[in-house]
Amino acid sequence: MLEIKNLHARIAEDGTEILRGVNLTVKPGEVVAIMGPNGSGKSTLSYVLSGRDDYEVTEGDILLNGESILEMDPAERASAGVFLAFQYPMEIPGVATMEFLKVAMNSQRKARGEEELKVPEFIKRVRTAAEELSMDMNMLKRPLNVGFSGGEKKRAEILQMKLLEPNLCVLDETDSGLDIDALRIVAEGVNALRSPDRAIVVITHYQRLLDYIVPDTVHVLYKGRVVKSGGKELAQELEKTGYAEIIGEAA
Amino acid sequence: MNIQTQIKRTAAEELLLDAFAAHGEALPGDSSVKAQRKAAAELIGRGLPTRRVESWHYTDLRRLLSNVAAFTQGQGAAAEAALLDGSTVLSVVGGKASASANVDGLTVASLVNGLADGKLAERLTLAGTDDTVGAINSAFVADGYAVDIAAGAEIAHPVELQNVHAGGQVHTRFVVNAGEGAKAVIVERQTGTGSALVSSVSELDVGEGAEILWIIVQDQPVEADHLAQFKARITANAKLTLFVMNSGAKLARQEVRVRMEGEHSQFHLRGVNLLAGDAHSDITMVLDHLAPDTYSTETIRNIVTGRADGVFQGMIRVAQKAQKTDAKMACNTLLLTDEGSFSTKPELEIFADDVVCGHGATVTEIEKAHLFYLMARGIEEKSARGLLVKAFLAEVIEELENEQAIEVLEDKLNRWFEAHA
Repeated sequence: MLEIKNLHARIAEDGTEILRGVNLTVKPGEVVAIMGPNGSGKSTLSYVLSGRDDYEVTEGDILLNGESILEMDPAERASAGVFLAFQYPMEIPGVATMEFLKVAMNSQRKARGEEELKVPEFIKRVRTAAEELSMDMNMLKRPLNVGFSGGEKKRAEILQMKLLEPNLCVLDETDSGLDIDALRIVAEGVNALRSPDRAIVVITHYQRLLDYIVPDTVHVLYKGRVVKSGGKELAQELEKTGYAEIIGEAA
Repeated sequence: MNIQTQIKRTAAEELLLDAFAAHGEALPGDSSVKAQRKAAAELIGRGLPTRRVESWHYTDLRRLLSNVAAFTQGQGAAAEAALLDGSTVLSVVGGKASASANVDGLTVASLVNGLADGKLAERLTLAGTDDTVGAINSAFVADGYAVDIAAGAEIAHPVELQNVHAGGQVHTRFVVNAGEGAKAVIVERQTGTGSALVSSVSELDVGEGAEILWIIVQDQPVEADHLAQFKARITANAKLTLFVMNSGAKLARQEVRVRMEGEHSQFHLRGVNLLAGDAHSDITMVLDHLAPDTYSTETIRNIVTGRADGVFQGMIRVAQKAQKTDAKMACNTLLLTDEGSFSTKPELEIFADDVVCGHGATVTEIEKAHLFYLMARGIEEKSARGLLVKAFLAEVIEELENEQAIEVLEDKLNRWFEAHA
């Protein structure tokens, strides 16, 4: 599904190189965890995947279902099935949440040559998804993410993910700022999206989230490279020993 | 300083003075009104203000008012359907007021009587030698409405004051008096078709404890010049919210002069300027905090596209006795083209020592992080930009404490974007 080949990327503004040759393959249906200490390039990787233009790819390629997405803008990538759940979802005053959801869903449908959703069908889908995430519909009457607590924002991200039905979900530190109940609800939401034709990449600092979203594979990112890969037990091992040992091995 | 060298009059100045010479005598008014009209015409005769006059620095009226529509009335003007459901509509159509109202708590009279018998003469006094908008209106005002809202009356449905033209010249005045404790929503519509010179002055007295929401919607045709003034006096414990949406005219100047005379009074100005094409649009406010514990906020949001120019001048004066004044002013502009411009001039003049006054002005482009967020959800760049620009304005509109007004104004916003963006 996703192939990242020798990916090098730098900050566009000052040229600082962040990713230094990332290689990663994600199969359909796979749940992949990317772990690593602060500053290892985890968030950058998520932004580069979704096409943020603050970063420049200088070498390598990203293939989604065999095709390079490097030339696509963020909207085209989203319509091709990439979804990034943000670590810090934007508050956008003045943009009504429902309006935003409708425009996003219909833009993607249009880009894929599907018919736009009729209003009753749209509302029905939002209501069902919100219920599954224990979200109050009243919250969605507010401007996008405005006045949402940290947990509510993360829940809103998962709601968007459910509604947009991407085939590659990238979750950037989705556990940060969540209490244990919110974490469980969010994780259940993600688990419900597991399917044989969808891949999920969970970027996280801690093992905690992986108790709820159990990964098939775990990769450790350090200094812009994948330095170790393994099964779910690798995450548990990291929790016990910390990153130092693995980093030592890699260095 | 005041010695005027004789310079050649502009076409607009000639036309205004000729119109006054030919028609001034026939305009309604007793001798006191006629004297006021004459004084106003004399001010016009001294020449329209240029950028050398401080309050007109960014709106060089002498240059911008290059021509003036003929002193006639276009044919076929008709009252508009009310903006808000159930409104009591008081229309001035082609310069003539003919509506009446039968609503409890409202007393409505056409202004022509008050001019004829001289009762309104005092109101035609000019605020100063730079009061050109007042002068043009005082010289030529023909009709309008005087509306009294009885003390304690809560007017359930909005009152809509319309000034509708089909070209030519229209000079209108609305005088509204809100009694003690009264509550009302007033909509002021300034619209029409064809080439026109419109002057319109609104005067409002807000009685003690009264609460007024006044919404000005100006969508003049691109051939029209629109000169308007809103003057208000706010007494103790009273609250006035003034919302201005400017989306038309070739040249528009909306002056706002507010005096907060009573303790614990509140004034909130919200402005949305939609500027496109070759429009020049100016909001100039002079706000006087004259009593202790008064609270005001001013938020102006502007979108500039095409080659349009916008201006906001906001002067807040705090008198020495107006201790504990709290005033906050902000003017934010999104420039969507390189050819457009916006000039902001905030001024604070504070003579009290225990006050909180602040102002801020920004001219920005769309926030990149917001754009990325929307695009990352599959919304193509053009639509994402559109959403964000609308959001920038909708934020101010959504502050209104009137659901239907929010809906109607957002709808106007959408239609403006369809036409101009």
